[in-house]
Amino acid sequence: MLRVRIIPCLDVARGRVVKGTRFVDLTDEGDPPELAERYAAEGADEIVFLDIDAAPDGRATLLDVVQRTARRVFVPLTVGGGVRSVAEMRDVLRAGADKVSFNTAAVREPDLIRRCARRFGSQAVVVAIDARRRAGPADPGAGWEVVVKGGREPTGLDAIAWAARAVGAGAGELLVTSIDRDGTGEGFDTLLLRAISDRVPVPVIASGGAAGPGDFVAAVRDGGASAVLAASIFHRRRHAIGDVKAAMAAAGIPVRAAAGSVG
Amino acid sequence: MAVVDYGAGNLVSIAQALTAAGAQVVLARRPEGFAGVDAVVVPGVGAAGPAMARLRRHRLDVPLLAWTAAGRPLLGICLGLQLLFEGSDEDGAATLGVLPGRTVRLADAPRLPHIGWNQVERRRAHPLFAGIGQGADFYFVHSFAAAPPPEADGLVLAETAHGGRFVSAVARGALAGVQFHPERSGRDGLRLLANFVALAGAAGAGHTGAGDQAEPGPPMAAG
Repeated sequence: MLRVRIIPCLDVARGRVVKGTRFVDLTDEGDPPELAERYAAEGADEIVFLDIDAAPDGRATLLDVVQRTARRVFVPLTVGGGVRSVAEMRDVLRAGADKVSFNTAAVREPDLIRRCARRFGSQAVVVAIDARRRAGPADPGAGWEVVVKGGREPTGLDAIAWAARAVGAGAGELLVTSIDRDGTGEGFDTLLLRAISDRVPVPVIASGGAAGPGDFVAAVRDGGASAVLAASIFHRRRHAIGDVKAAMAAAGIPVRAAAGSVG
Repeated sequence: MAVVDYGAGNLVSIAQALTAAGAQVVLARRPEGFAGVDAVVVPGVGAAGPAMARLRRHRLDVPLLAWTAAGRPLLGICLGLQLLFEGSDEDGAATLGVLPGRTVRLADAPRLPHIGWNQVERRRAHPLFAGIGQGADFYFVHSFAAAPPPEADGLVLAETAHGGRFVSAVARGALAGVQFHPERSGRDGLRLLANFVALAGAAGAGHTGAGDQAEPGPPMAAG
């Protein structure tokens, strides 16, 4: 039976894993390959690097990080952030990544999804959708709007319609983040996840809002997610990946045993 | 050990994992790349048609056929496994035709692509899986899988369920193929690759080197 994946996300800048609030007040959290290896050893089913480097030579630094990681971590590696062309995606894959995640660039130029999927296959193309509720709980039917630039810029796009369009263009997976919940610890937006997972045939990765193992269970059971991504809950060692998997297994959700999964 | 490089993507991770599994890896971009190696690995992601076109453009299809006809060790991974069969329903492409049957879309799958870790259930013992538990999890990412006809059932090494059941590993003689990605399947994946390296080394020890020339010489190092 297909396992539900648990995916730690590492923000990378200047060749280091960093942690901050809305890309400011960054603190150094360690060496990306080392942390990725630790997570793989703890049972991570996949690793995501989110490149938040704005430096001019940031791309070369990131490629070096990917290369060093792929040499010693043998679980799938996804890189997101700043990839804007087929050539840039090729460079990231050549460095050893398995997938590339597109966010702003896909919204600006949806044909990029089609070109990259045609060149490298849909399985390598992840489209990340940051969504914000259009209205409060009083009006649940108002839906969600796609936002970009970490939630600072609304696009006017309906998140559900955009999800269907991205998959139609060739996205093999969607990474769905609730901007309302991100960083709040209030749990995933399961209504958003359910609306998108019911609409598209591809796997949906839940993101934004996890505080405890119960939230992961809800993302799968209520939201229909195929995988769950989280950052701070793992970095700050509030919960180990094994704890989350144990809670999911107890809820009857199929997960890969954390033991024996050293990458 | 040669990893066939026809511009099809994920060969970096495969080369790195094979190295970690103890192989000396060269990338074969031209027919000459097969000279002096014990074994060949065919990687690949994406669709069969463009992959076959690239194999032909790099003039790698004919030496691959010669390699398999000689019964020498080869491991196909994901699309590299599918290419060994006769054709693909994905885009109607004719493939190498070393093994009987076609590549078909996964039947009754709850969600496609089939992405993630899933159980590989072996039908018979094989040294490729030595030391790996029955039903162990491996990482998959695909929507199609090879479907050998009933009369070629003996090829099937393992199956996996995603909605319906599909063939996740095959073997015939020194030829093997896996639909999952051992290079991305953690410890068990590295174990499988190390098993293949050992099998190739054993076959190479009984072989004399490049091609079929009977030149005396020491056995090739594993990989």
